[in-house]
Amino acid sequence: MARIELRNLRHSYLPKPAGPDDYALKQIDLEWSDGGAYALLGPSGCGKSTLLNIISGLLTPSEGQVLFNGTDVTAEPPDTRNIAQVFQFPVIYDTMSVYDNLAFPLRNRGVADDTVDARVREIATMLELDGDLPTRAANLTPDSKQKISMGRGLVREDVNVIMFDEPLTVIDPELKWKLRSKLKELHQRIAVTMIYVTHDQTEALTFADEVIVMQDGQVVQMGTPVELFERPQHTFVGHFIGSPGMNLLPCEVRDGHAFFQDYPVALEGPISGAGGTGQIGVRPEFVRIADVGIPAQVRKAADIGRHVVVEALAGGTTVNAIIDGPPPAQGTEVNLEFLPQHTRLYLDGWLATERATA
Amino acid sequence: MALELRNVTKSVGSEQHIHETSLRFETGQFNTLLGATNAGKSTLIRLMAGLDRPSSGDVWMDEEKVTGVSPQKRNIALVHQFFVNYPHMTVFENIASPLKVQRLAASEIEGRVEEAANVLQLGPMLKRYPQELSGGQQQRTALARAIVKESKAIFLDEPLANLDYKLREELREQLPDILSGRGTVVVYATSEPTEALLLGGTTALLHEGRVVQVGPTAATYRSPASMTAAKVFSDPPINLAPVTKVGQEMSLNDLRWRLSGRAAELPDGSYTMGIRPHFVTPSEPIRSSSVPFEGEVRITELSGSESIAHFDLGDLTWVSQSPGVHPYRVGEAHDFHLIPEQCLYFDQSGALVAMGDHHGPH
Repeated sequence: MARIELRNLRHSYLPKPAGPDDYALKQIDLEWSDGGAYALLGPSGCGKSTLLNIISGLLTPSEGQVLFNGTDVTAEPPDTRNIAQVFQFPVIYDTMSVYDNLAFPLRNRGVADDTVDARVREIATMLELDGDLPTRAANLTPDSKQKISMGRGLVREDVNVIMFDEPLTVIDPELKWKLRSKLKELHQRIAVTMIYVTHDQTEALTFADEVIVMQDGQVVQMGTPVELFERPQHTFVGHFIGSPGMNLLPCEVRDGHAFFQDYPVALEGPISGAGGTGQIGVRPEFVRIADVGIPAQVRKAADIGRHVVVEALAGGTTVNAIIDGPPPAQGTEVNLEFLPQHTRLYLDGWLATERATA
Repeated sequence: MALELRNVTKSVGSEQHIHETSLRFETGQFNTLLGATNAGKSTLIRLMAGLDRPSSGDVWMDEEKVTGVSPQKRNIALVHQFFVNYPHMTVFENIASPLKVQRLAASEIEGRVEEAANVLQLGPMLKRYPQELSGGQQQRTALARAIVKESKAIFLDEPLANLDYKLREELREQLPDILSGRGTVVVYATSEPTEALLLGGTTALLHEGRVVQVGPTAATYRSPASMTAAKVFSDPPINLAPVTKVGQEMSLNDLRWRLSGRAAELPDGSYTMGIRPHFVTPSEPIRSSSVPFEGEVRITELSGSESIAHFDLGDLTWVSQSPGVHPYRVGEAHDFHLIPEQCLYFDQSGALVAMGDHHGPH
């Protein structure tokens, strides 16, 4: 198990990078504690796989260092870094039994037979593969194969880190749900450092203690799921996390107050920045349909069972609200109220309000 | 325009992929096929599109039998999970390709391609090649090609499955608008219950080659006709438990609650109850006929907007899903509440026999 540090990491796939645009990773400084569960979250092309490959040693960074427990491993090849990896598609030996597949990473390192046996059975129980141990892997369903692939990643106790690269992308929702909670349970039990790469916010937020949100080769914010949901530091995080994401309304800032189409909007606290393009940020969860407030017209309402997602148009701006109770009809004129303690101001994309002091 | 499957079956070798199915889809509504992988969604689409021939039964379009008619002659469009575009053609040429086959005049082709490209926000991309586009733009190109030909039916087979979460959200939000008002029958296959709910319209639930229920999407979700339908249309999975009815009371282990409405009139005996995770709450709901109980928390998942707890209730594992942040501690007992009005009761055959009265959200 290991504490992982990334220092001044930059990477370009070009031989002679000129400007910042030539870098797939622009500047990464991170420190991850031993035994933590982390997720790298971002859209395709944000650099999260590049970062993962640098940590595993498949890729040597153009600049900067990777440290495991304080030791520089930047130049070390993958096989000496002592890591386990689980990929998007199952990596298993079809001709071997489930048992032998799970035992392989241990036998490969000369672990004693009785230890191998105990460990394989323990992992198989955790993943509910007990009954399948003698079965040839080729005869299993794709999702059972992915479970074995995960089991192979989890079977060694002595690894520095286990890395997951979009492991549930190809899995049906019900099994995805099961495997996701299984993984969470395993982490709660074995506490190995785990890094989980995904574009799916639900997977990242439910799995990780801390989520690293990436965009264009940079870390935009690292925080707990609650921090990312409640106080996104940047509009990108606000938009990218949440379903639907944070509402962003163009606004004008005058005399320390924010105005949306001439309506004053109460913010969580004092404005801390100055200048730049202003946007009011409020999550759909904190928008109410009320008797007073910003006038808007309902464009559509989707009843998704546990709540209703209302899409309203205020002036030319779309505002989503998550409400309980019956969906309002299309075309209904409504007023929107934002809960002030959850209403923030962003200037040039960055959070520019302070928490109210009690 | 209507598309119909009449008593259709499909077998491959000794395996029956589709059991006898009759379905009718019309223009002006958004039709979703919801089911897990291998439930039969793609097989049904292939039968409707004419890529496969049913083992028995017929496919009808516009009150005309088209079984055995080729996909080209049926005038349909198909969008797959994988982005299928011609790599050597520009976006314009890709979108125009079905019209060139129809030998339309150049000016008409240009007008229609531009219209389709605008609807899918591809206006500025027309001169690019597919590999110069993001995944979302590539799939938009495939969608533009599907709508440009003004076909009688468009089949979308998990078209968003290979897109990033956020792109998926964006395109899903726009799809009903893009496809409506075109006078074409729309059939959309998905494996995600939440996607079906967001798309609205009408949903047919598929399970192991059978249509288990068809109806307006939200109503189907609220009133599943059977335990199978409830399971197919659940994410997270619905909580189930064996219960016993005696007199006016239902009991689950040592929990008891009074019944009202149709549930009270059921004959005494054993049933299975189902309750969705968001109706098992960690705090007392405002409207309180709720049944309090303790559960030992095994796994917690906090997404910021909601909290999920997996907990033990006797020898069952249940899930509670609630908005906000709840500080659960793994391995400890926490209080939960079950809302009896939101319980679904199934008989021994799995058919829904009664449900609570308050089937609105929360």
